[in-house]
Amino acid sequence: MAIKQLTVFVQNKKGTVVSVTEILSENHINLRALSIAETQDFGILRLIVNDENTAEAVLKKNGYLIKVIDVIGVKIGDEPGKLSEALAVLDKKNINVEYLYAFMARTEKHAYVVLRVEDNTTAEKALSDAGFRLISEEDINKL
Amino acid sequence: MENYFQKEIETMAPEDMKKLQSEKLVKQVKHVYENVAYYRELMDKKGVLPEDIHGIEDLHKLPFLSKADLRDAYPYGLLAKPLEDCVRIQSTSGTTGRRVVAFYTQKDIDLWEDCCARAITAVGGTKKDVCQVAYGYGLFTGGPGLNGGSHKVGCLTLPLSSGNTDRQVQFMMDLSATILCCTPSYAAYLGESLKEMGYTPDTIPLKAGIFGAEPWTEEMRQGIEKTLGIKAYDIYGLTETTGPGVAFECSEQTGMHINEDHFYAEIIDPDTGEVLPEGSKGELVFTSLDKEAFPLLRYRTRDICVLSRKKCSCGRTLVKMAKPMGRTDDMLIIRGVNVFPSQIETVLLKEGYEPNYQIVVDRVKNNDTFDVHVEMTTEKFTDKVSDIMAMEKSLAGAIKTMLGINPTVHLIPPKSIVRSEGKAVRVIDKRKLI
Repeated sequence: MAIKQLTVFVQNKKGTVVSVTEILSENHINLRALSIAETQDFGILRLIVNDENTAEAVLKKNGYLIKVIDVIGVKIGDEPGKLSEALAVLDKKNINVEYLYAFMARTEKHAYVVLRVEDNTTAEKALSDAGFRLISEEDINKL
Repeated sequence: MENYFQKEIETMAPEDMKKLQSEKLVKQVKHVYENVAYYRELMDKKGVLPEDIHGIEDLHKLPFLSKADLRDAYPYGLLAKPLEDCVRIQSTSGTTGRRVVAFYTQKDIDLWEDCCARAITAVGGTKKDVCQVAYGYGLFTGGPGLNGGSHKVGCLTLPLSSGNTDRQVQFMMDLSATILCCTPSYAAYLGESLKEMGYTPDTIPLKAGIFGAEPWTEEMRQGIEKTLGIKAYDIYGLTETTGPGVAFECSEQTGMHINEDHFYAEIIDPDTGEVLPEGSKGELVFTSLDKEAFPLLRYRTRDICVLSRKKCSCGRTLVKMAKPMGRTDDMLIIRGVNVFPSQIETVLLKEGYEPNYQIVVDRVKNNDTFDVHVEMTTEKFTDKVSDIMAMEKSLAGAIKTMLGINPTVHLIPPKSIVRSEGKAVRVIDKRKLI
């Protein structure tokens, strides 16, 4: 059920993000979500796209250090307290969230949360047992 | 009134000095040929026998030794005395991670300490002085050398070792230290710290400082002299030869007198090996004339330098060397420690990184900054910031283990190190030292 996240290692300096997004747009790749973690030296771009295979290939061709990893996507209601509910489920099961970021759907009244945990299977089970809907690659492509 | 520690040597007539050096050299070459197989082979290969050396004028016939020889002969290959006659080792970093280990007999320690005592006396030190030694103690020669010299002069010696500025200030003030021995950058740092604590030069008991183990400029000297209210003197040495005290500055402050009764200096053309006349700029080469355990003959220091026999107002007749003007190899001196880029490379390969790196050295507030930029690898890259920061820390730790000084490691994307004409620039030294 996991979804694919593109992880790109960049230097923390002016113009690095735009050079990545330009390559993606030139290759007609649609960004679904983007999150940046940075330190003084480096940044890690985390991207959810509609076509991760092409995105990986074109970024690699342009010399970027890139890794594709599995993350969990959860659909949650777009109302106060919904994210907390999902996180509480994981917390109860002692599942540590390394990082997360959220994005909104264009049409539906829903938000999507991308979660990076150590063990996807356990986290997925905990969330679906608690009634949350996990999203798949297919869902991402339809967004 | 100029004071000397060993006046008869320090003010000896040049022709007498030459005679003394010649006698010592003849004996020393015999000692080395008989006891050091490594050097005997070099001499045999060159077709030189101890009988061919009649005096200092024959020195040029002998083969050179380089840092590479020290590495090849590690640890005992250049030892000229049985280990049971040795009482100490000192050590410095080598080119590829293998350290240089120098051995000393008691006589070697004595002559080294005499050299340091000459340096302390030359800056006005007497038994009435309180000498604070803030060089590192241990394998590094700075602390032990000046400590021994201070004893020989009869100063009250404060063996503070390096670092811990609050403690340095406390001892300096409470025990009225009059002479400070440390690296010039630490002296400058100490000066700034004292100023911040509200001490003015007239409230600081120091009168002189002996600063070496790293390059420093005339501007730095003036800055230190002003903030500490002292006279600041240079000192030169290298572990391979003995340690600090190979050469020292006198009241004239225009170059360092070489203790040439123990260490004979030559200037050579680094490309051809040809000996150059006095006043020429070239590579400094030292021959230990009477050290017993680790007597290096014609050791190439890689320091670019000029010698001068101009008459000195202090009365010493010992030949003078200028501050080294650079290196013929890629060695850097960072915080007083010798650093070869190849050492960083060794660590990177051992830790599973590609040897793609860049060292950036700068001096901020009189302290050397030491940054190492390393290209991230596909295998090591993860999506977690904490993992990458942990990698940086662990790599810094591995470099510190190799060099003894702590770098700041920055992991950067592959191919982001600037390559000029296809060749990566390994070192950017922003310090303005020459």
